[in-house]
Amino acid sequence: MTDITILSAALGGVIIGLAAGLLLLTHKRVAGVSGIASGLLLPWNAESSWRLWFVLGLIASAPLYRITVGEIVIKLDAPLAVLVVAGILVGYGSRLGGGCTSGHGVCGIARLSMRSIVATLMFMLTAGLTVYIQRHVL
Amino acid sequence: MIKNLVAGLLGLLFGFGLIIANMTNPSKVLAFLDVSGEWDPSLAIVMASALLTLAAIQRLMDLSPETQTSCDGVKQGIDRKLLIGSTIFGIGWGLSGICPGPALLGISSGLPASYVFLGAMFVGFVIFNRFHQR
Repeated sequence: MTDITILSAALGGVIIGLAAGLLLLTHKRVAGVSGIASGLLLPWNAESSWRLWFVLGLIASAPLYRITVGEIVIKLDAPLAVLVVAGILVGYGSRLGGGCTSGHGVCGIARLSMRSIVATLMFMLTAGLTVYIQRHVL
Repeated sequence: MIKNLVAGLLGLLFGFGLIIANMTNPSKVLAFLDVSGEWDPSLAIVMASALLTLAAIQRLMDLSPETQTSCDGVKQGIDRKLLIGSTIFGIGWGLSGICPGPALLGISSGLPASYVFLGAMFVGFVIFNRFHQR
């Protein structure tokens, strides 16, 4: 744990909050990535085009960062079979629960939504338990 | 068209935030979730600074919660779907260290694991649509 990590975490957070705030100002929409991404599935509606552009921007940020700033570290140890299960659970669960880390965890809590506060506590708790069981029990 | 372009730029900005905060690295996220290991509070710092920034913008621009709409905007109260969905999401997040934003950023990583996760996540979206919509 270094100071630089804390600084970059805080700076990254401010940028995420800024992007979410500007989306609210310009589109009156919450920057919930699970909702935006799943909105790309057919059939399309009036919301689909801005969602597509947001997702394309999100995807483009990684290569642009690599060109302008530098390497992005991605360390992923989980076996593929685990990632398949995890991906399905993340996709299904975030939709059933009405949001994920961005929609509930950032945007929902920022407007003090009780639903989002409960949802965030819930997925933090179960994610923590899952990691605990996987790393320290199994 | 302008609105789409703005949305694209904001997606780009959002992505830069995730990358700078290191949230695109699953092992960094798992280090936060593993409270009994060598705990890394980074994710909490990211979330806190993001939501405080957003809350400040909402206050400055006088954006009351009522003006906001989202996939979750019309729902009120805590129901079973919220609790069960968040539980399921948490298990998947804990297994992988990946949530939807970083999953999308994984497209350019070139790692097979990133594509597998992203594909599976969309399968999860489709399953939800099949059983809970229309």
